Amino acid sequence: MNNSLKYCEKNKIKLLYSVGLICLIVSVFLGVLLGSTPLSLSELWHWVISGGTGESTDSILRFVRIPRTASCMVCGAALAVSGAVIQATLANRLASPSIIGVNSGAGLAVTLCTALGIFGGWRLSLFSFIGAFAAVMIVSLVSKKLGASRGTVILIGVAMNTFFNAVSDTIVTFNTDIAVLSRDFKIGDFSAVTVKKLIPAAIIVSVTLFILFTLTNELDVLTLGDDNAVSLGMNISLMRVVFLILAALLAGCAVSIAGLLSFVGLIVPHIVRRFSGGKASRLLPLCAIFGASFVTLCDTLARTAFSPYEIPVGIIMAFLGTPFFIFILIKGKGGHARA
Amino acid sequence: MLELKKVTSGCGKSPFLKDISVSFEKEMFTSVIGPNGSGKSTLLKTAVGIVTPESGELFADGESLTKMKHKETARIIAYLSQGKGTPDMTVEQLVLHGRFPHLGYPRRYTENDRRAALDAMEKTGVADYADRSLSSLSGGMRQNVYIAMALAQGTDYILLDEPTTYLDISHQLGLMNTLRKLADSGKGIVSVLHDLPLAFTFSDRIIVMNEGKIVADSTPNTIYNSDIIKSVFGITLDFNKTEKIYSYRF
Repeated sequence: MNNSLKYCEKNKIKLLYSVGLICLIVSVFLGVLLGSTPLSLSELWHWVISGGTGESTDSILRFVRIPRTASCMVCGAALAVSGAVIQATLANRLASPSIIGVNSGAGLAVTLCTALGIFGGWRLSLFSFIGAFAAVMIVSLVSKKLGASRGTVILIGVAMNTFFNAVSDTIVTFNTDIAVLSRDFKIGDFSAVTVKKLIPAAIIVSVTLFILFTLTNELDVLTLGDDNAVSLGMNISLMRVVFLILAALLAGCAVSIAGLLSFVGLIVPHIVRRFSGGKASRLLPLCAIFGASFVTLCDTLARTAFSPYEIPVGIIMAFLGTPFFIFILIKGKGGHARA
Repeated sequence: MLELKKVTSGCGKSPFLKDISVSFEKEMFTSVIGPNGSGKSTLLKTAVGIVTPESGELFADGESLTKMKHKETARIIAYLSQGKGTPDMTVEQLVLHGRFPHLGYPRRYTENDRRAALDAMEKTGVADYADRSLSSLSGGMRQNVYIAMALAQGTDYILLDEPTTYLDISHQLGLMNTLRKLADSGKGIVSVLHDLPLAFTFSDRIIVMNEGKIVADSTPNTIYNSDIIKSVFGITLDFNKTEKIYSYRF
């Protein structure tokens, strides 16, 4: 009976990976092909084998669709994994980058950059990270100081969220030039994606994900609770800061590309955990895969649903995300979710 | 031998443990008893390094623990806390984490670790549940899984904080038997217990704490024959010589 159980479990994980990869491939193709000027598979194939020729197809793919799809994948993977890591580190399943103020911290930094005339490149990613990290550290230090319960952590996060947004709004109020940009930024939007923004963020996200995938056992031990983790020889304050830095790097990069995408960091880890269980070595890669395909799919929907109008992807996500969040709250009350 | 020398320690503002010196032996089952808030948990937490003492020193087989890294301490002392929760993982995964202090970065469990985990699961009788999720087990079984984790850690000493809490009486007995066997096989077992009859029946040595101090430290028999239990707990413990059973008298 034991062996068959293990066998089942292994198959389930294989199935999850397969489903995830298929979703990702399909959403990438949809993302690249669909849009105001739909392309066909044969056109894409032609473009690939000719090494990038065909004037209009080339510029559409090279300057619009591919950077945009790549940005969606980077942001989706980054936010989903960031959410999973923050949830494990703060021992709170309702935590996510957008709820505990990490995104808005990064958002404030990006707004500040925009006001100062920095629109892309390493500086933007760096500032965005600093904003995210400052937010996550304030939340975790204040809650530690208070010996705060899991609920209080969320409260502090919400307070920080409001504060950061207020500061951002102040900056926008006094800089009317960036006001237009700011609306899309707040909802989360990929229409302003540039390769200049994407490249540094993509590199940082890839490296951070790689580091996180080597730290999955540490993350698991951290979820055993402070006393158990210490008695297993872990330096918990150090590890917690390491994980929060990595999570902030991911969220910061995502915000620097796409603005304040909410809910990806909450929804995706929750859905994935339902199927994969809490083991981080499975959870994190699966979050990356499903996060990437979810955001890519939502963005494609945002571009095509009301064509020729394009709505910010954040709106689509909020429509899907809010009911789900409420569903989690109701379910969580029922018992087994240890939020 | 695990030694605490003149240790003053506590989690809050005022030190809980005041100038305590005590040592724990291998191959011995030591029970720590005392009223709520007498410093039992703090004693264990200080010994394992979760609480850093304000003054005093700790030694394991003559080596100072105070300067040791958590990871090195974790190869000498295992600790099971009171509130453990139910992490979202399988039995085997949890027990494998007992091997955590033996690994360097990046931590990947080897065949050797798996064998140690299996061995530990067999000793506490949870090997059959290896692939079950923790949340599907009863509280008693889960406690055995945690003990397997501590065993997989491969330490000389295992410290347990109220391991029998929330367990039904048969699981309590099962657990005490397991601990007894571990002590007989060479481990130094130190357990905080609230159930006096269980403590007196199974331990080699009883430490009585009250208000942050050790007020008695001897064999169950000696403690039984003194009036210390009466003065600390305000009850009397009876020993039935023919049936060898301890019981409370109020």
